Amino acid sequence: MNPKDYSADIHNDWCAGCGDHGILNALEKAFAELKLQKHQVAVFGGIGCSGKTPYYLDTNGVHTLHGRVLPFATGAKLANPQLTVIAVGGDGDGLGIGAGHFANAGRRNLDITYLLYNNGVYGLTKGQAAPTIRQGEKTKAMSLPSMQSHLNPIMLALTAGFSWVARGYAYDTHQLSTLIQNAITHKGSSFIEILQPCPIYNDLHDKQWYEQCEATKLPRIYSLQEEDYDSYVPPGANKEVHEQKMIQCVMKAQEWDERIPVGVFYHEPGRAELSQQIATQQTFYQALPPARQPAIDKNNQNLLDLHHIYAELTI
Amino acid sequence: MSNQSLVWRIGGAQGHGVDSASTLFARSSAKLGFHVLGRREYHSNIIGRHSYSDVRISNRQVGGHCASPDILLCLDPESLCRHINTITEQGCIVIDAADIDVDLTSLKFLDASLKKQLLEQLSLTKQPSTISGLLACLPDKKFTVVKIPFATFSETLQNTCAVPRSLAARSKNIAMVAVSAAILNITEAILVAEIERVFAGKQKAVELSCLTIHLAYEYVKTAIVQSRINLPENVKANEQRLWINGYQSVALGKLAAGMGMQPYYPISPATDESHYLEAHQTVPLLEGGHAGPLVIQTEDELAAITMACGAALTGARVATSTSGPGFSLMVEGLGWAGMNEVPVVVTLYQRGGPSTGMPTRTEQGDLQFVLNAGHGEFPRIVLASGDVQDCFYDACRAFNYAERYQLPVIHMLDKNLASTSETVLPFDEQDLRIERGELAQARNENESEQHMPRFQITDNGLSPRPGLGESGQRFWTTGVEHSEWGQVCEDPLVRTSMMEKRARKLALAADEIPLVEKLATYGNEQATLTIVSWGSNKGVVVETVEQLNREGQAVRAIMVKLLWPLPVTELQKLIRKNDTLVVVECNQSGQFNRLLKEQLGREADHLILKYTGRPFSLEEISQSMHKIISGQAEKIMIHANPFE
Repeated sequence: MNPKDYSADIHNDWCAGCGDHGILNALEKAFAELKLQKHQVAVFGGIGCSGKTPYYLDTNGVHTLHGRVLPFATGAKLANPQLTVIAVGGDGDGLGIGAGHFANAGRRNLDITYLLYNNGVYGLTKGQAAPTIRQGEKTKAMSLPSMQSHLNPIMLALTAGFSWVARGYAYDTHQLSTLIQNAITHKGSSFIEILQPCPIYNDLHDKQWYEQCEATKLPRIYSLQEEDYDSYVPPGANKEVHEQKMIQCVMKAQEWDERIPVGVFYHEPGRAELSQQIATQQTFYQALPPARQPAIDKNNQNLLDLHHIYAELTI
Repeated sequence: MSNQSLVWRIGGAQGHGVDSASTLFARSSAKLGFHVLGRREYHSNIIGRHSYSDVRISNRQVGGHCASPDILLCLDPESLCRHINTITEQGCIVIDAADIDVDLTSLKFLDASLKKQLLEQLSLTKQPSTISGLLACLPDKKFTVVKIPFATFSETLQNTCAVPRSLAARSKNIAMVAVSAAILNITEAILVAEIERVFAGKQKAVELSCLTIHLAYEYVKTAIVQSRINLPENVKANEQRLWINGYQSVALGKLAAGMGMQPYYPISPATDESHYLEAHQTVPLLEGGHAGPLVIQTEDELAAITMACGAALTGARVATSTSGPGFSLMVEGLGWAGMNEVPVVVTLYQRGGPSTGMPTRTEQGDLQFVLNAGHGEFPRIVLASGDVQDCFYDACRAFNYAERYQLPVIHMLDKNLASTSETVLPFDEQDLRIERGELAQARNENESEQHMPRFQITDNGLSPRPGLGESGQRFWTTGVEHSEWGQVCEDPLVRTSMMEKRARKLALAADEIPLVEKLATYGNEQATLTIVSWGSNKGVVVETVEQLNREGQAVRAIMVKLLWPLPVTELQKLIRKNDTLVVVECNQSGQFNRLLKEQLGREADHLILKYTGRPFSLEEISQSMHKIISGQAEKIMIHANPFE
């Protein structure tokens, strides 16, 4: 399969120059590299420009509700553990209205991938400040500078418990595609913050801003891995190693302005994944997950034998 | 009390064994063959506030809770304060002799208004403001008072079983149950057998409880307790029966329906059901192996319903369970399920509203909300259960409706049903069928290159339903108005056809669902005096109707089970022009009456309402009906009992 095989034959209504195009290309490329079967992939979108991603992919596509993309995606993955589940949404969707779900998706460590398209604004409602806009910043459509502080998606993902945390850049399709592949392959909840310029409403952080710092004349974006940053927490690592890896992730997550790191910030494959936890309580879970139930006979009668429960209640 | 039924009540502080005491008494009386009906009232509190439990035992099936107990066990002084005024004429009160001098002004949890009322009562009869004063302030009532010397029981327990005083003190609930059982001539062995069942494997607990029971029986024997209370004449039930409450019945119905998953967020009074399911999530299969629902706790109700929707898209049978405040949060997910034609069941245990309201009290205050919840217009099915038995079959049926018509189904219950226990015949699973509706078939290879038209326009509105992850069934789905392919589409004509397609499914449901699943009638079918009601009022309404007919009054009741689509045609056939309509509901504004008026153009001639947070009692419905029959009734009759 090649990347375009995953592209739906639908006219795309994103603006020219929008970072979303790069993300879509990176997704298609990642699916192709991983040779995923279309029917086994389900892409869930939140609300906003980013939420339209599922329409443009020839996989299963579910356009959900504002802020709720993660619980929808979680429900599908829990019911059918064979599915490859990708959730995508904007920074307003995931860090504003959906922040509670973001934190809880992390702690569950279910094997899903969450892509957060961070453009700093609510594009589709014409440019209001998203929770990632810093105090004092004012983008084109804002009447006044933001009075509120910003959220740091990488730090939030780390503390929420995502076991694979990364940042990509929408215009570096090649690197982003590799990150997406690794995120999908990772057994656990994986998170990628994607720096995604909005050419219409975010005039502060546009392509030019990311790609050249006025003070240093160098690109702001640099790769963590190219500078030998080691995100890997070996399974069974002791407390000190854990702490050291978390501290370096927090420190790197603080970098902004002159240098902005992309790449894998934190990678902990040893943390227990939710479906494995479920299988310890429901030993039949992998063979008979919710999507493979109810167990019925040819007369559409239930095959569950409730006698032992009736016995508990019998006088 | 009549010779057919006896009402037993135990009151005490939460955390002091009210519930386990009533279960002990209820199961013991059920073993004698009686029909048993139980009710629980409790505060939103962990330890200390007043709770009470009723057990009504009868020699035939009864459905109504009663306001007046024949026998009242008071684990603490507050219980006497709250219930003494309700005791029947010839009743029996069991108290701890040590409580007799407690001053009721010292009781911190007694509500100010009730305290004031009792103090007035005491001052009128010139009695002191103590428990003994209260016992003497109702000279007209001929009740018996049994003052058990629990302190001496406790001493014996400490010495014989070598347990600390605190542990011996916790046997008071069992001591009182045993005293009441001895008074009613229930044999000691029946209680002992029940204790051995409950504390199986806990030898020390069995020993302590059995000694407590023995001390109580000896006390009743030697103290020669005089009581005019007797068990009803027994008709021995030979059949095997279950002792089960509403939420357990719903949970079993869901298992019988083959539910695959239930995401939920804790909320009173719905949590008990999910908790019970969690404890039974691994069930043997008839052909070997195991299956059962994945019960998963979410971060909030927004996540509970959206997780349920996500799971349903894979083809799983899914439900979530909540109460009013949680349902308020679920509304956006409900609309999504409506728009995306997702089969999802929402089990709604109503409680006192609005806002946090009364978390552990009952109400039927959510009907209009449920019928209209969500912006825009989309089809939904709403059904309400009437009693513990119905809970099972309705819970099961809800999934068939959801999957057949591909829409959200709201199964309405309330706190009253959740905490009503009853002896019922084992559920009959023989006639149950799991109907999955129109499932998409896997397509051949060429076709599978294409997406499925998830929202294909059809005559009856139903489109074959694919599952996420199924081979050859790839699809798009969206909360945005869409084409047949599940792609955004705002074309005026497509929009119109999609709205109409979705609406056709509701018309199909109204047409297909059989009458017995829509409503049930009771009493004299020729009667012009007709009660129309819904939900958990069934017990009191049906029993009152039967009683009135025995008294020679022609009355009938129509209990509506399917609230949406409302069986308009069927109701129009049943309700004649000159019928006197009485509507009974547990809310303030008569929400069901409003629905009847809107849909049938008929409204109640008399409206019987209650919104204290407690269910109707038999006495209340009976009193209102007698007023109606004698022509002395107001149009709206509102009940409020200060002692519940």
